[in-house]
Amino acid sequence: MLQETTFLAPTSWYVILSATLFIMGMAGVLIRRNAILIFMSVELMLNSANLAFVAFARSFMDITGQVFVFFVITVAAAEVAVGLALIVAIFRTKQSIDIDELNTMEG
Amino acid sequence: MQAIFAIAPLIIILPFAGVFINAFFGRRLMENPDSPAPGIVASVMAGGAFTVALLLFIGLLNDPAGAQVPLFTWMSIQISPERTFVIDWTLRVDTLSSIMMLVVTGVGTLIHIYAIGYMQFDVEENVHKRHLHGAEADEFKRRYFSRFFTFLNLFLGSMLILVTGNTFLTLFVGWELVGLCSFLLIGFWNDDPEKGVANAKAANKAFIVNRVGDFGMLMAIFLLFWSFGSLQFDEVFSRGECMIEGSQADCITLSPEELDWNPAATSEEEEARSGAIGVLASLAPAEEGPGELNTLIFLGAVGFPMGAVVTAITLLMLLGATGKSAQIPLFVWLPDAMAGPTPVSALIHAATMVTAGIYMITRSNVLFHMAPFSETVVAVVGGLTALVAATIAVAQFDIKKVLAYSTISQLGFMIAAVGLGGYVAGIFHLATHAFFKALLFLGSGSVIQGMERGILAGEAGHGDEHGSAHDDEHHAEHDDHHDDHHAHPDPQDMRNMGGLLQRMPTTGWTYIIGSLALAGIVPLAGFWSKDEILLDANNESLLVYILLSVASFLTAFYMTRQVSLVFFGQPRTDAADQATESPGVVTIPLIILGALSVFGGLMNLPFEGFHQLGHWLEYSVTYAHIPKFNLTVAVISTVVALAAIGLGWLVYGRSPSQSSEDQDPLASTGPLFGFLEAKWYWDELYEAVLIRPFTRLSDFFANTLDWNVFHDWFHDTLLSGFFVGGSQIMSKPIDQGVVDGTVNGLANLVSGSSRGLRRIQTGFVRNYALVVALGVVVIVIFLVARFVL
Repeated sequence: MLQETTFLAPTSWYVILSATLFIMGMAGVLIRRNAILIFMSVELMLNSANLAFVAFARSFMDITGQVFVFFVITVAAAEVAVGLALIVAIFRTKQSIDIDELNTMEG
Repeated sequence: MQAIFAIAPLIIILPFAGVFINAFFGRRLMENPDSPAPGIVASVMAGGAFTVALLLFIGLLNDPAGAQVPLFTWMSIQISPERTFVIDWTLRVDTLSSIMMLVVTGVGTLIHIYAIGYMQFDVEENVHKRHLHGAEADEFKRRYFSRFFTFLNLFLGSMLILVTGNTFLTLFVGWELVGLCSFLLIGFWNDDPEKGVANAKAANKAFIVNRVGDFGMLMAIFLLFWSFGSLQFDEVFSRGECMIEGSQADCITLSPEELDWNPAATSEEEEARSGAIGVLASLAPAEEGPGELNTLIFLGAVGFPMGAVVTAITLLMLLGATGKSAQIPLFVWLPDAMAGPTPVSALIHAATMVTAGIYMITRSNVLFHMAPFSETVVAVVGGLTALVAATIAVAQFDIKKVLAYSTISQLGFMIAAVGLGGYVAGIFHLATHAFFKALLFLGSGSVIQGMERGILAGEAGHGDEHGSAHDDEHHAEHDDHHDDHHAHPDPQDMRNMGGLLQRMPTTGWTYIIGSLALAGIVPLAGFWSKDEILLDANNESLLVYILLSVASFLTAFYMTRQVSLVFFGQPRTDAADQATESPGVVTIPLIILGALSVFGGLMNLPFEGFHQLGHWLEYSVTYAHIPKFNLTVAVISTVVALAAIGLGWLVYGRSPSQSSEDQDPLASTGPLFGFLEAKWYWDELYEAVLIRPFTRLSDFFANTLDWNVFHDWFHDTLLSGFFVGGSQIMSKPIDQGVVDGTVNGLANLVSGSSRGLRRIQTGFVRNYALVVALGVVVIVIFLVARFVL
């Protein structure tokens, strides 16, 4: 139930927030060396995308964006499960989760 | 044709049957290595051939026209739709060939019989020379004894092919076959430890010199075929006669239509036609006149008058005759041919084969009659040969060499006779010469073997007086000494002989009879035949008459010299002292030949009502003519011969030399004797003029042209240079540079770029993330820019 007096933040604000969050996530991915933190940054980027999806879904009054968010969340959850498992495995072999030490694929 | 003529093929088949038997079963016949079986087989075959010749002769007495006995068709060539050129193998039995058959088989049979005895000794001696013993010696005897008689029978058959041939081509087959037999028999002892190489060289010389003559003969046959369109004697001669006598166009047996002959044909057409068919098609009539041989014969595009062509043919035939009958300039092979066993010298190189040239010219008398120039050349060649060879014979010391040059000289007489048109005289002398020269050669063979027996006897005596008392060691020493010291006297050198008449009476007396016959003493065979030649020469040509008279003087002289040196005086060596007479198988043929040499003249006494041979030959020799007996000529020739014998006796017989070291009494005449002894330096002349330039040319071709130019320069330098250079270009710049460069360059490019690109793969995940981020940025900028702009 929507009231006319209710302040509705314009979509652009959400998009700006989303972009800000995305950039913060991206910066985290690029800057951080701790795998956990990179992982968290990736989550941040995924969620910024979710925010953008939801914002546009409200803006266009289209449920598709909302649905997509569910998918993203599902995928992110799966990703976390796999990713954390990988990190655990790496840690067991390397005794470290510093990704700069994981350069054995160097050409 | 009489039935008797049908046996003619037997005369060739019998000797060839002998060849077959001796070639394939000869060795088996000699189970006992001393058995004379192959010789007996060969002699029986020769005797059989003689019987056939006699029967044919008897047949001819009844029917002198003779017969032509066809055997088979040899060649049949379609030369135009209407005409086939056929050469049949037909035996020609006529009076001329019958005389030749009788001489060849008669003398041949006697020599075959003689050869049985001679070769048994000769083979035995060669066994000794090679130090063979036991089974080896037996095998050697079987091999060589049967081989000799194989060759001898082959010769006989070949000679009979020659004289019975009915065409120039069959004559040529015989001509070549006898040359082959001559080669085989001259080089019979080509493995002789001392003289083997010399014998082989002599055989080669005979064969090669004869090739020159055969070239002439072949060219003559080609020209005959071209000009007369036939090689058959009768056809050629009848066309020739026709051309002498009448309108020449009529002599062409083919009609112009048949030849597709078009008088208006251009010369090109003419040429094409004559090229296509040749034979007779090339005859074109020119201005005609009886006796003028001006019908044109086309050789290619050029037409030659018939007369000139016939002259060329006959001169080429003469070249053939000079080869086979040992005339100047091709006589040099005959003296060397004496390297063969003596029966060979007698049969082939004195009595029969060398007369082939005389027979051939006589047979072609029609052609020679058409070419007076050739006749003159023939006569002069014969006369010169007679004289030159006689001078050389005077200064020879080898008993067989004297006879060899004597043979050349006598062949010169015959050639001169046929050149002068005295065909009867030529054939007459051919026959009598066959008798006495075979006798002399066989006698010389008997003398040589007598000498060899003397040498063996001397050795045996020598060995006995030393050997018996000594032990083996001394034996060995003695043998060495013996080999060094005892150089055998040459059993053929007349200086080593002397006084052989007492030791070898049969050989000696028959030899003297042969010598007198050769010298031309009345009434022996040689007198009548030589007198007839001199008579012809006297009638026809003074030059030839003088040449022949001088030659006959020298003949009597050198025979006196030879007989004196060999049979009279005292033995000059131990070998001559111990020489012994030959066995009966050798001496009986000598006696028979001696009788023939005495009575051979009866076949053609030069008196009215006789002249049997002359009349006999008239049936087959168109231009046979019988000269009238001239007492002056006969007396002169007898006086000349007697004078020569007297002079010879004065020089050699009266005071015979006592030692084999003595010089010849004539040697005091100075360089002339040396010149004659060296045979006028003919061999040296040929050596200098022909052989050395030829070897030099060969050397030039072999060493300079082939080796230096072709091999070293062209092959090794030019070709291999090109090849090596080309290979180098292909391998270095092209293969290594271009091909390898491309491949290596690609590889380097790939590996280099990979090395660079490898850097991108840092392995740092954040780098990748950064790149991805930057990529996103770029894409966003692109999208934005596209959207904005």
